[in-house]
Formats: sequence, C-alpha cells, structure tokens
Amino acid sequence: MRSNLEAAGFDARFSALVLALGAIWVALAIATDGVFVSPRNLYNLSIQTCVTAIMACGMVFLIVARQIDLSVGSIMAFTGMMVAWTQTNKLGIEGNVGWIASIGVGIVGGLLLGLFQGWWAAYRGVPAFVVTLAGYLMFRGAAFLVADGQTLAPLSDNFQRLGGGLQGSIGPAWSWLLAGVGCAALILQTHSARRSRAAYGAKQHPLWADVLKVALIGGALLAFVAVVCAYPDPSSETESGKGIAVPVLLLLVIALVLDVVARRTRFGRHVWALGGNPEAALLSGLPTKRLLLQLFMLSGALAAIAAVITTARLGSGSHSIGQMAELYVIAATVIGGTSLTGGTGSIAGAIVGALLIQTLDNGMVLLDVPTAQRQIFIGLILIAAVWFDGLYSKGGRK
Amino acid sequence: MSAALVEVVDVSKRFGGLQAVDKVSCDLHEGEVVGLLGHNGAGKSTLIKLLSGVYPIDSGEIRVRGKSCKFETPADARAAGIETIHQTLALAENLDAPSNLFLGREMRTRLGLLDSDRMEHEARQVIQRLNPNFKDFRKPVSAMSGGQRQTVAIARALYFNARILIMDEPCAALGPAETRMVLDTILRLKREGIGIFLISHDMPDVFEVCDRATVMKNGAVVDTVKVADVTPEDVLGMIILGQKPAAKVA
Repeated sequence: MRSNLEAAGFDARFSALVLALGAIWVALAIATDGVFVSPRNLYNLSIQTCVTAIMACGMVFLIVARQIDLSVGSIMAFTGMMVAWTQTNKLGIEGNVGWIASIGVGIVGGLLLGLFQGWWAAYRGVPAFVVTLAGYLMFRGAAFLVADGQTLAPLSDNFQRLGGGLQGSIGPAWSWLLAGVGCAALILQTHSARRSRAAYGAKQHPLWADVLKVALIGGALLAFVAVVCAYPDPSSETESGKGIAVPVLLLLVIALVLDVVARRTRFGRHVWALGGNPEAALLSGLPTKRLLLQLFMLSGALAAIAAVITTARLGSGSHSIGQMAELYVIAATVIGGTSLTGGTGSIAGAIVGALLIQTLDNGMVLLDVPTAQRQIFIGLILIAAVWFDGLYSKGGRK
Repeated sequence: MSAALVEVVDVSKRFGGLQAVDKVSCDLHEGEVVGLLGHNGAGKSTLIKLLSGVYPIDSGEIRVRGKSCKFETPADARAAGIETIHQTLALAENLDAPSNLFLGREMRTRLGLLDSDRMEHEARQVIQRLNPNFKDFRKPVSAMSGGQRQTVAIARALYFNARILIMDEPCAALGPAETRMVLDTILRLKREGIGIFLISHDMPDVFEVCDRATVMKNGAVVDTVKVADVTPEDVLGMIILGQKPAAKVA
C-alpha cells in the first residue's frame, strides 16, 4: 500500500494526515449539527490556523536541522508590543507610513532575537533547547517592559485589516481570480516538470497520479474559496461574501516561498542534509553554523509576522499574546510529519498539522469543552504524534 | 617518475596531549596507488583528515602539484582537486543518490533553483558506469545496500574529475562481489592517471592494487616501501613491530 502510493508520487504519511483531518471534520460536523462546517466557522478556523501555521513553517526547518525553538510565543509577545508601541508612541496611527514601518520594526526585532539565539546555539555550542528556553523567559519579560505591562491601543485601521477582522478580506472577485491563477500555475508547473523529466528520459510518475494530484489540490483551493465567499461580509453594503482573509493570504505566500526554499534551493537542501547527517554536512564543506544561525533568524521573523496578525486581530498590543504558541507550533510541525530525529519534514505537512490542531481546538470550543480539558487533550495529541512518528520511522527502516 | 601530485612534508597534528600525526612525510604520483597502513590509532585517519581539509595542520607543509596549500575547510581541499571517500562515507541518509552526489556543489537552473532533473541525469551516467545494477535514483541512502552506498560515495568523488583520491577503508563493510567492484574501480582509475591514497587493513587487497605502501605507527611513518620489493609478512612486521623490513636494513 505504502510503496504503491509512493511509486505514484503520493507521500503516504501526508495522505494519511489529510484523511485523518477529513475524518475529524466529518465527526465534528455531526457532533455540532453542522455548525463546525458553516462558512462562518470555517472562515474563523482559517484565520486561527494562520498564526500557528506561519510559525510552524519555520519550525519545520529548525526541527529538520535537529534544533528547536521554544521561544516563538515570547518572540510574538515582544515583537507584537514593538509593533504596537511604534504605532502608538512613535509614528502615529494616521496614514499608511506608520503601520507599514511598525511591521518593519517588528520583523527586524524578530530577526535580531533570532540572531541572538542562533549565535549562542550555532557558534557557542549551547543546546538550542536551553537557549530558546531562556529566550522563552527573557522575551516574555522584555514584552512586559515595552509598556510596563500596559495594553497599547488604538492601532491603525488599515493595520487591523491584517488580522482578518473588519474589512480584513479581499472579497469574492479577487479571491476567485487568485484561485484561478493558482490552478493555472499548478497545471503549468506539473506540465513543465513532466516535460523536463521526459527530456532527460527519467522515470515519470504515472500520468493519472499527477492529474489526480492537480485535481485534488486545485479542488481543495476552489472549495476553500467557495466557502469563504459564502460567508457574508457584515461590513459590506452589498452583502457580498468575505473571500480570502488577509492573514490567510499572508500564510499562502509564506508557505509557497518556504516550500520552494525547502525543496528547490541549495539552502533547503543543505538544511535537510545537515539534519540527516551533521558529519556528512561538515565533510561536504557545508557552512553548518551559518545555516543554523539563519534558521533561528527565520523563526524569529516568522514569529514577528505571526505577532503582526495577532496584534492586528486584537486591535491592541498586549504582552500576553502567544502564550503556549510554542506548544501548538511544535505539535503542528510534528503532526505534519516532521521527525524530531531530524532530516525529514515538509511545509505542506506542517500547514495541515496546524489546521488539524486548530480544528481540534475550534471543535472543542464549539462543543463547550472547558479550557483545562482542552489543554490536557492537546498535550495528549502531542505525545501521540511523536509516538506515531517513532513507529512510522521504524517501519520505514525495515 | 612523473612529478608528484601530492607531497606531504613533515606534517604534524596534536590533539591536546596526543601527538596524532608526528612529522609525517609521504607523496603520491600520477597513476599510483599508495597504501596507508597501520594499526587503529596509528594516525592514518587523522592524516587523511588533514589532507581533506577537515582539520588544519599544526606544522609542516602539504604541496599539491608543487604548490603549497593551506586547507582551512573541506571545500579548500576539494578546490585543490583532492576528493576523499571517508570510512563513514559521509552520506546524508535521508537524501537520494543525486542529492548526495552533488551535496555542496548543486547544479542550478537560470533562476537559481536546484536543477534536480539534470542532477539525476548526471548521477545516472556516473553511477551506472560503476554499478550497472543501480536503478532507483529516487530512494534515500537509508534504503540502500552497503555496496550501493559505496557506489554513491565513489561516484561523488569521481564526478568532479578529481586527480587525487583518498579512500579510507572502502571495502571494510562490503561483501566479496562489492569488494571486487571497488578494487576494479581503483585499478581503472589508476590506468586513467589518478593518484590514490588507500587506507586498508586487508593485505591481499593492498598487494593487488598498491604500488607503494607507507606504514605508520604511533603517529609517525615507519617506512615507505615498494610493494613489489616486500612480502606481506614484511609489511605486517612493520605494522606490528614498527620496524623496517630486514632486507631493506641489510
């Protein structure tokens, strides 16, 4: 079964994950009398998934390279406060210069925190677990200090659209246009990949498998756009649908770029090689320390982007955002098939993993499960995911 | 004799209190196989790690084609034309054969992205010349047999037209058929004018493919002999006792 799937170019683990997600959705739809699959809830779910998924994209690289970043939630809090502070105390909330610059400040802040942690981990040999656990504490404290524990508001209206709330989506016309462009690009990409392999006489995946793959991905994209366009936008006078939320758009762009980085660039190849065999990476002359440093910086920048979305959604800067984000992010990454032993993982898997964990969270809220029980359940899911990873890797080695 | 490809002159390397390599001198010429022999811990592996740029040398000199070289990183040694097949093979087990073959020297498209199809094509040419039974170029190294892994490691060294090759116990983990493949490859490369340093514990292998043998003990060179002039017993005596063979002393 597994080898048949893989011969056709389907990753067995990813396929299993998508099927599991589908089963959970069906179960939740039944348990909530259809509330779970209502356009309104799915739109909210798509926004809830973004923050976790964006950071999970960076965590994939780190865990593949046998590192970890426990500080992402605290980096979120600190950079989110920096973004809000820049708007309320420095550049003002009128016009567009202020909020755009504030995002720049946040991302540069995230890069610097990543640089700091990466330097200790890569060049001073302190285990990433320890460095980022310290960062977890330090950056949370630093977030408090930015405004002495106060909440910073109000923020720029245009900035708040990044959170996906009021006027925080691109409307049906643009959504359908993007979906169309996406499907066309998918077909072109698949076609040119097949032509390139044919030119070298290399082994092809069966044509039906590639067609099925394009149909599934394109179908999922179109279905998603149909759902978010079916959710009426309360702020629009014409009662048109909301369309794709701005944070989801951000996630799609980040995921697309990082997926290409992971699979089609030297940087990605070197990170995967480093995770597969650090000694081989060193003997092959790869700049292993610099790679690690860059990975921590990537994680810091992504946490800052997640902070921008969260802060925009709240409409204020709070030092308490991102609590337990590291757990959700790591859980999403591992559920998505990134192995804690290093060397394997994918961006697509991490995003589906994030969707799965937010689905559980969202579903439990709909079912009135209290916070305490939800925490216990998510914790158990994390253990189960790592346990499954161990089983799966052992099975693969036989 | 042709000009020396590699000359190692009085090279030393110390790790804390251990003199791992002690004023070692040896050389290698075109189309020549020089065996590096000695006990475990005699300093062979350290010496080849100095030659392949893994560690910098403390003192002495390494000359490649008469030119003095300072290797700070493995990339420097590769740039000087020295390819090394490490005993551990140094393959990333999660990646497939083409990815490993081009690791650190990937081919890219005009857009700067990895040109995976071209790398697979090139990998197929060089690997199937070594081992015609090698078919699946998409499977990760972790799913390969010992011989297939060795093939990938050798192919990686050959693809970039190295004139100087270092092989650290290439047959240690292989069955008889695969050992034969490696020895035949060594003989073929020798005919093509490539110089090879071969580390081995296996006397029949050494006597079949090597022209000269440099024997080390406790980090220093015992002696370098022409294989044709000595018997396996002489060489074993050098390895175990650290003494030059009687015939030569006399």
